[in-house]
Amino acid sequence: MEHTNEMKLIFDSRSSNEAFARVTVAAFMTSLNPTVEEVSDVKTAVSEAVTNAIIHGYEGEVKDICIRCRTEEKTLYLEIEDQGRGIADVEAAMEPLFTTKPELERSGMGFSFMEAFMDELEVVSEFGKGTTVKMKKIIGKGRKLWTTQSL
Amino acid sequence: MEYQVQENCLTIFLPHELDHHNAEEIRKEADYVIERNHIRYIIFDFKKTEFCDSSGIGVIMGRYKQICMLGGEVCAVHANERMKRILTMSGITKIMQIYEEEK
Repeated sequence: MEHTNEMKLIFDSRSSNEAFARVTVAAFMTSLNPTVEEVSDVKTAVSEAVTNAIIHGYEGEVKDICIRCRTEEKTLYLEIEDQGRGIADVEAAMEPLFTTKPELERSGMGFSFMEAFMDELEVVSEFGKGTTVKMKKIIGKGRKLWTTQSL
Repeated sequence: MEYQVQENCLTIFLPHELDHHNAEEIRKEADYVIERNHIRYIIFDFKKTEFCDSSGIGVIMGRYKQICMLGGEVCAVHANERMKRILTMSGITKIMQIYEEEK
């Protein structure tokens, strides 16, 4: 289809790669003509998911994190996958302020932020096998593009 | 970490992007400075900050808890609209004042 585009990004689970991951996704989504606000929303959500994979999924070990991005018309689909330890109770993990690592000063707001900034959030996890965070965001909701007018 | 100490008040000039990666560094350095200079007040300066995620919120909450136990206070200055939204969403504005201009 003409209006779909895809990319896949695999990188080491180092905290220094968090900035790289969110900037790359932000660059990929520019073809959808997002507002600054929408780019910031996606960057925050990516940062949360990648941080989770590094701290909780791999617990500091350096392994692969995979981000799959797809744009379809005006919608951005994101999948952030790790093969780490997985989440025992996904429902509890998604509660605001829930954290398994309070000693690391985790605020427990990660999933809440992802939920707030994206349109849809789904977490697929199997304990001991890994976690995939799937997110969706419609870009340009309720906004008319002046650039689509013919000259 | 860029910071300034005036008597028992510490001003932390937060970086351009406050994520898990540099939150760790700020936590370590801030704790060292707080202990060494008997800090009671912390001002988080968001002037340069364009990005903040839950790790950034974590580091602010951590400092708040510490300073609170010592009987002090924390506040934020120069937060842009985006930062104010994040701070409000996380509920941190209930424990910390955001000032428009530094007094």
